[in-house]
Amino acid sequence: MNDYTVVHEKAPAFFDRFARKDENQHQTHYCPGCGHGVVHKMIADALTELGVQQRTILVSPVGCSVFAYYYFDTGNVQAAHGRAPAVATALKRSNPESIVISYQGDGDLAAIGTAEIVHAANRGENITVFFVNNSIYGMTGGQMAPTTLLGQISTTTPWGRRPNNDGMPIKMCEMLSALEAPAYIERVALSDAKHILQARKAVKKALELQTQHAGFSMVEILSPCPTILKMEPTVARHWVGEVLAKQFPLGVYRDHRAEFVPVDVPQKPLAELLGLGGEKLSDAERQSRRKNTQARTIKVAGFGGQGVLLLGQLLAEMGMREHMEVSWLPSYGPEMRSGSAHCHVTLAHERIGAPVITRPEVLIAMNEPSLRKFGPMVQVGGMILYNGRELPEDLQFEGTTVHCIPASQIADEIGAAKVANVVMLGAMLEATNCLPLATARTVLADMVKNPKLSEMNDRALDVGREYLDQDVLALAVAGPDGCGE
Amino acid sequence: MAKGTIKVNQDECKGCGLCVESCPQKGMELSPELNHYGIHPAFLNNDKCTGCGICYFVCPEPGALTVYKLAAGQTTADLAQHAEVAHAATV
Repeated sequence: MNDYTVVHEKAPAFFDRFARKDENQHQTHYCPGCGHGVVHKMIADALTELGVQQRTILVSPVGCSVFAYYYFDTGNVQAAHGRAPAVATALKRSNPESIVISYQGDGDLAAIGTAEIVHAANRGENITVFFVNNSIYGMTGGQMAPTTLLGQISTTTPWGRRPNNDGMPIKMCEMLSALEAPAYIERVALSDAKHILQARKAVKKALELQTQHAGFSMVEILSPCPTILKMEPTVARHWVGEVLAKQFPLGVYRDHRAEFVPVDVPQKPLAELLGLGGEKLSDAERQSRRKNTQARTIKVAGFGGQGVLLLGQLLAEMGMREHMEVSWLPSYGPEMRSGSAHCHVTLAHERIGAPVITRPEVLIAMNEPSLRKFGPMVQVGGMILYNGRELPEDLQFEGTTVHCIPASQIADEIGAAKVANVVMLGAMLEATNCLPLATARTVLADMVKNPKLSEMNDRALDVGREYLDQDVLALAVAGPDGCGE
Repeated sequence: MAKGTIKVNQDECKGCGLCVESCPQKGMELSPELNHYGIHPAFLNNDKCTGCGICYFVCPEPGALTVYKLAAGQTTADLAQHAEVAHAATV
């Protein structure tokens, strides 16, 4: 065929082979005559024509098209049922130059994901949604969808959908076009060649608008499901044109973005908002400022009311003042009411991935239950600081340095039980040297406004340190395993 | 001689018949033979193909159909052998 030139062929936006399973990698998993394949081709061709394949991220839904990531040679994320517009929002905001497509069916978009699509549209997210509406739950075997027509038989409406019991078919284009933010909403159908060509234009236009940062675009595609409708593929698509499109009128529902009236809200730098002075440091300066600090993962645990969460906040705040990367993750909710409370603090020199600490380097256990629960989780070579004169007899921690500080008792003697956490802070700083003492004093002074308490905190800090020193001395005398400094 | 032609990937075609119904030249047909997967795949049955691409647009399979057009300025006179090639590719 030397004299013939290729005008239409498999788009480069598709993988050569579809590696979903070992067999049948040369074809999709869709049934013969399925609308998904036709829509996939429209998208793939449009990505090629617009030259954006390399920066496209496709979010596949739950439904028959869940496997879209086996077909599109683009970035791919598979979202939980209905959540594709929310996932797409995050992808687009974190990668503003990417082209983000949320590909969804009617069960995904119009049933379980109604909230996500409405709010993504209402925020005017600069994403493109392809909404494939076949009026039925296809993958799960033909249950009623919100888009199922009145009188239409499904496995859950065996006598046909009745409005008094099952409500009315939901019209997403009409609904979303009532919002002000969307830029482009059109409904098309795969009923015949002419309409398929119109649909191709709509798909391309929606994507092109995204490249122009026009805002939210959605194309609803009425699509045949020959298998569930129990029709021949050709009959199924006639049905789409003659029946489905009567209930869901085709056309452009929105073709411009409403002009937003700009609201002038002065944007303060975050650091300024938090009263941190907004000091800007280069990486090198940051490194040098951190030289008096050491990275640590710390778990603080105790009863609610012992200042467990506050101690964590103090540590995190101190880390921040020293230009470290910090995170503070409290245990929330019913778990901590009148029961045990704990928090995770990470003091790091690198960016922190997850704030959850499963194996802490340092455990500050403000009571015995916390010690029993979290003590065994401390890393080998780590440290436990226990609020008590000595460990319970039946407990021992191999490979872990244990310091027992009767912080509650010390705090009582100072004059306020609530400063026990600061006693532990003093001991912990002395034992680990992970943060400068001066910073602790500054942070305490800043965070505790009550002058009387502030003065007690200062003393608590010192007594904690002194007690720890004596403890270390005693350990050093007691045997060679002490952490003797 | 045809202004266009197509190639059907006999293994990828699922025999849904959408191209048969859509071809403006009535040029598509489902083969009476079964392919390896037990499907009657489509093939081009006449030489009236214009390379319009409608079969490609309505086909749900990404690579089942490839559409060719006669290169610009080409006459149809000397293309007998290409018809054979095209035919061979569809069977």
